[in-house]
Amino acid sequence: MAVIPSAPAAAAPIAPVYEQRTPTGGRLKWLRLAAALVLAVVLVFPLYWMVVVAFSPRDELLTTQLRLWPGHFTLEHFDRVFTSFPVATWFGNSLAVTVVVTLITVVVNLMAGYAFAHLRFPGNSVVFLLLLSTLMLPVQVIMVSQFQLITDINIYGTYWGVILPTAASAFGVFLARQFILGIPREVIEAARVDGAGSWRVFSRIILPLCKPLIAVLVLLTVMSTWNDFSWPLIALQSNSLYTLPVGLLYLQDQTGSDFGAIMALALLTVLPVVLLFLFFQRYFVQGFTRSGIK
Amino acid sequence: MTLTDSLQQRSQADRPVKRVKAPSGGRNRRVREAASGYAFLLPSLVLLGLFLFLPLVWALFLSFQKTDGFGTNTWVGLANYRRLLSDPVFWRSTVNTALFTVIVVPVSMALGLGAAVLMNTVLPARGLFRTVIVLPMVISGVATALIGVLVFDQNNGIANKFLGAVGLDGVPWQSTGFGAFTSVVLVTLWWRIGFNMIIYLAGLQGISPDLYESAKLEGAGGWQQFRYITWPMVGPSTFFLMIMNVIYSFQVFDLVFVLTKGGPGNSTSVLVTYAYDNGFGDARDQGYAAAIGMFLLVVTSVFTVIQWRASRTRDLVD
Repeated sequence: MAVIPSAPAAAAPIAPVYEQRTPTGGRLKWLRLAAALVLAVVLVFPLYWMVVVAFSPRDELLTTQLRLWPGHFTLEHFDRVFTSFPVATWFGNSLAVTVVVTLITVVVNLMAGYAFAHLRFPGNSVVFLLLLSTLMLPVQVIMVSQFQLITDINIYGTYWGVILPTAASAFGVFLARQFILGIPREVIEAARVDGAGSWRVFSRIILPLCKPLIAVLVLLTVMSTWNDFSWPLIALQSNSLYTLPVGLLYLQDQTGSDFGAIMALALLTVLPVVLLFLFFQRYFVQGFTRSGIK
Repeated sequence: MTLTDSLQQRSQADRPVKRVKAPSGGRNRRVREAASGYAFLLPSLVLLGLFLFLPLVWALFLSFQKTDGFGTNTWVGLANYRRLLSDPVFWRSTVNTALFTVIVVPVSMALGLGAAVLMNTVLPARGLFRTVIVLPMVISGVATALIGVLVFDQNNGIANKFLGAVGLDGVPWQSTGFGAFTSVVLVTLWWRIGFNMIIYLAGLQGISPDLYESAKLEGAGGWQQFRYITWPMVGPSTFFLMIMNVIYSFQVFDLVFVLTKGGPGNSTSVLVTYAYDNGFGDARDQGYAAAIGMFLLVVTSVFTVIQWRASRTRDLVD
């Protein structure tokens, strides 16, 4: 996960759509619709195909004919995956890791964002730049030394070995700082005059005003943690601790090319994030645009 | 969470004192504000210091050592870096990564821009189309790659069946380097169009409709409007996306690791998969893997600095 602070025009207000009023407008409109349809079909097809394969009987998967939808509908692949592999455990592991990482990262980043936005202290801008610079550090550069570190402090092969390095991300500091800067100073000063300390200002005044920001941070952190693959692959050794993406790879290794089973588990893996995305699309898109995360 | 607990306790202890001193303000208050500033930063600094900065420094040290993965490290100076220079697989991986970047970055950006232009016009069910284009972004790399394995299976995959249906020969996606490389590129494009579209769309929406109106009055056609208004106006987005896409392309791992495992031969081996193979494969040569990581860091840093300088200049101009 990487973030760049300055996606240009990121905060541009939604401008009205300009309409084509040329004589050829009608034909052009159909052309545009056709282009959009082609693009949409090509992009959706792989996901559609995952679903089809997950629910198709085995003999239909082995046929050499081109068929685009299941002749019969079956749950046999889900049965097989659940009986032969600890899928529920993997699901629970993914859930636990995601929840803890999200809690830590979001709280820690909000606190730092508040400090940068509203508290004056020497070295403010230097530390801010230092944190920002970590966002462009490819984690792959340090995967080997991170591995040695978690081995040295005896958390290799535990949840914490996955959680702590994943949670160590300054993602969100920039967004949090920008957002909190937008809160009028008077609101905070008023609370201070009433005798509220910094923590009280943060927890009682800042946080309640930050709900949209928190939604963006939580959703993006949940997505990237749930989907994270390379670090859990390195940090986990026993398959009872695997998260879903690592479990998926393990399933592929074990079954060779049992695509029905693989797609059944793949579907279960992507479903929670897809649902979150469909429900909270606005926040996701805001987050992608403003932070340059991907 | 213990850190936050202790913070809370501390500021609660502070409060009665603050209430008395607050009206006089001044220096005491500044000191206290600075103290709580550092306190709020502490969790962040501890986490990042321990799990990012320390490993980064350690990675540099490690790159000067010979390791066998069982704790015996010997200092070998620049030997790992000298070995890089004469390692054909490293060069192959570098060339592959560069080739991958040179293909994927412009193509995915062109597709993203095209999609954004399309989504910025009047279109029925525009919201639905946009959702569909962004959707692949939230699919995990492993699931994406496994769908790729399924679709591009050279014996019985749907891609070859489509080709067969229109009378073309199937592509040997697994057995040839060209086929494998192409499948990696196609899957990556599928994954990345959404991001490029979102950034371009934000850029397009910042262009004033008046510009297009006056261009039309001057008799400019669709292509001319694109060439002389749209393209220059999304310049900053293009630059931003180029840098980001280059950096991401150099870090590609999940897709390649699951889709082709770098094969056949080393025809799709990229820098990060090669570093992983060295650090965590049979060799367990983590010093060598760290040296490859340092190379990656240098490449990424160059592009980050370019981006940073450019956005600074832009801020100064604004």
